[in-house]
Amino acid sequence: MNNELNEDHMPTNGLEVSEVTVRYAAPRSNRRGGAAAERASAAVRGVSFGVARGEVVALTGPSGCGKSTLLRAIAGLEPLAGGTVRWAGEDLAAVPPHRRGFGLMFQDGQLFAHMNVAKNVGYGLASRGLTSAQRQDRVSELLVLVGMAGFERRAVTELSGGQRQRVALARSLAPRPRLLLLDEPLSALDRELRDRLAEDLAGLLRETETTAILVTHDPGEAETIADRTLIMRAGELLP
Amino acid sequence: MNRDRNPRWLGRAAWATAVALPVTFLLVFFLWPVLSLMAVGFGGSIGASDPQTPGLSGFSAVFEDARTWRVIGQTLAQGCCGMALSVILGLPAAFVLYRLEFRGRALLRGLATVPFVLPTVVVGVAFTALLGPGAPLEWLGLDQSFIIIVLALAFFNVTVVARTVGGFWAQLDAREEQAARMLGASPVRVFLTVTLPRLTPALASSAALVFLFCATSFGVVLVLGGRAFSNIETEIYRLTVQYLDLRSAAVLSIVQFVIVVAVLLVSNHLRRRREQATQMRFDASQQVRVSREHVPAILAFAVTALLLHVLPIAALVTRSLRDADGNFTLVNYANLVHPPSSSKLGASVFDSILLSLEFAVYATLISMSLGLLVALVASRRPRRLAWRRGIEAFDGFVMLPLGVSAVTVGFGLLLTMHRPLGIGIDLRTSVLLIPIAQAVVALPLVVRTLLPVLRGIDERQRQAASVLGASPLRVLATIDLRVLLRPLGLSLGFAFAASLGEFGATAFLVRPASQTLPVMISQLIGKQGAENYGMALAGAVVLAALTAGVMLLAERLRGSVVSEV
Repeated sequence: MNNELNEDHMPTNGLEVSEVTVRYAAPRSNRRGGAAAERASAAVRGVSFGVARGEVVALTGPSGCGKSTLLRAIAGLEPLAGGTVRWAGEDLAAVPPHRRGFGLMFQDGQLFAHMNVAKNVGYGLASRGLTSAQRQDRVSELLVLVGMAGFERRAVTELSGGQRQRVALARSLAPRPRLLLLDEPLSALDRELRDRLAEDLAGLLRETETTAILVTHDPGEAETIADRTLIMRAGELLP
Repeated sequence: MNRDRNPRWLGRAAWATAVALPVTFLLVFFLWPVLSLMAVGFGGSIGASDPQTPGLSGFSAVFEDARTWRVIGQTLAQGCCGMALSVILGLPAAFVLYRLEFRGRALLRGLATVPFVLPTVVVGVAFTALLGPGAPLEWLGLDQSFIIIVLALAFFNVTVVARTVGGFWAQLDAREEQAARMLGASPVRVFLTVTLPRLTPALASSAALVFLFCATSFGVVLVLGGRAFSNIETEIYRLTVQYLDLRSAAVLSIVQFVIVVAVLLVSNHLRRRREQATQMRFDASQQVRVSREHVPAILAFAVTALLLHVLPIAALVTRSLRDADGNFTLVNYANLVHPPSSSKLGASVFDSILLSLEFAVYATLISMSLGLLVALVASRRPRRLAWRRGIEAFDGFVMLPLGVSAVTVGFGLLLTMHRPLGIGIDLRTSVLLIPIAQAVVALPLVVRTLLPVLRGIDERQRQAASVLGASPLRVLATIDLRVLLRPLGLSLGFAFAASLGEFGATAFLVRPASQTLPVMISQLIGKQGAENYGMALAGAVVLAALTAGVMLLAERLRGSVVSEV
């Protein structure tokens, strides 16, 4: 199924990435160089793949291979130098990140330090026409889901590394993103915690039937969490 | 998507407005006046009253005068000595206030913001109250000397060094020093070989800033220096007000502008290096417990604070409470409200207090609203290199008033605002011009307080909010503005205190019937009679209490904020 998608660019009901190229941000590109240097400055080169609804795909490869850049390009945080990103057939080029309905979980969580746990988790629910009681319910529901029940009023600065990532996951899941992008969500944690959270994450994604792309450099983690694994080298997808 | 087009267009329009408002304000009320002033120096005339050939003849006449060179020499000497003393005394203060952990540190840090914002006139009067004629330390013979000027300059700028270098120091990872200690280095060697090299960027940029403050000081030199120690600032004032020699004054303004731009370029270069360096943040605790080896630094800090800061202020307060015979009295304060007939004042000092407060409120409103816009624009990091360069240029332009002397601004406004832009109103008679001039002076302080906090926001925080569905406006409200709440109080305090104590520009613009408190004090001190001197002392105490009170209040409203001033 995977190969069919890649080769034929069939419209799917999920994510379709085709021939995507991303260049490094401005600081590097102002170095002088000819066309060759220009080509070499691409962080992601002509990458195509698809993700069906409900599927969890892992993107692995050595550090610097462009996997995080690709993920950020799908989120809309990096501009495309070429190619298209589509969801259910719609080209997302003109859709800004906050209108894509995608979630992104950062490696270091990026929790808002000036808000407590509940405010963080509820942040993405603000524009959904929910009453505040409904919002609170949803927040509690997600905190139960990630094993952090009762932490609503806690300051995020008091949490341990693992707890922070659980809250960050709950925050990303709360608005029910149609696609969840996970950027090395566990790599800042120590080994033992990482293994346990990987199991939890795998279960959670199945339970909530979330479509997801997981970026990781750890093949074991990819194996545990994802349905299938794509490997990147030097900005390109290995066949 | 169709619904996108509208907000995107709106967003661009909003940013364009945020750039246009402060730029227009500075073009009209800063750049145009300053450039007009320079035109006079090059022989262009304001009005057709003095037909002079355009060219450099004005320059050669001014530079043939030996006095010009003496004034330039004084300016550079005061700048260098003030800077050196401030750095030497500021380093121990930075260490004690930002590196050591002890009870009451927060309070001391709060108090350390006060000297910088005390009006120059107040500090000038305080040093004469301590060292001048009839003062307790008159026997030192420092009245009207070079040393008293340098001491007064250090009074302000020791705290500038302590705050800017200290804020940087507090973020340095202490483990590097611990590693050096474990390799057998003595505390002194660790400081010289590990700490000092790492502090150099912050130290250098702060020294450049302090040099500027010292070389462009007006109030201090006017009150303490007399004619012998005139710097460029006071000389411009003297030439304009006493001799109506606009051309020579303009030439001196240009000389000062050249010095200032040179130093600003150096400082900007150093600051950029420092901002790059600051991006390395560490989570480990950087604070150090007090131990015996810190005694020299603590002693140096304590002696500085007591002798340089507390003593002159204490002398000012005690002498304001005594009459000519040395008896306790409140008559100096009573005279503020009901001036004695001998003082020949147009209005009471109390009236000028109210007027100063009113002006300061307007000036604060102007500088805060413009400063907020500037900080929001200047903290953006667009992807396109051209836009980023544009923002850097914008940031630099807004900082110009920091370097151009207040006297030049006031003088320029006086020259240009009789019919601004061909509009038929004489803005010089409008009470609005003084708050505008004060806002020009306060704007860079506001920006330099807000900007580091905004720049400190991790771009991924905004991205995290954005992927959670927040619109650009909501990202601005929930991330940027939320973080701005902390330095808002501090910048409000800076703006209000700077406006309240502003002297250089205001001195040109006040009308005899409506004078601000700093101008009133400087005039009282120039008049004969013990009553007038007593009123100057009492007025200075009131002005000091107002600015210090505002600053301490602002300090309470702030979190841990690193300011660049």
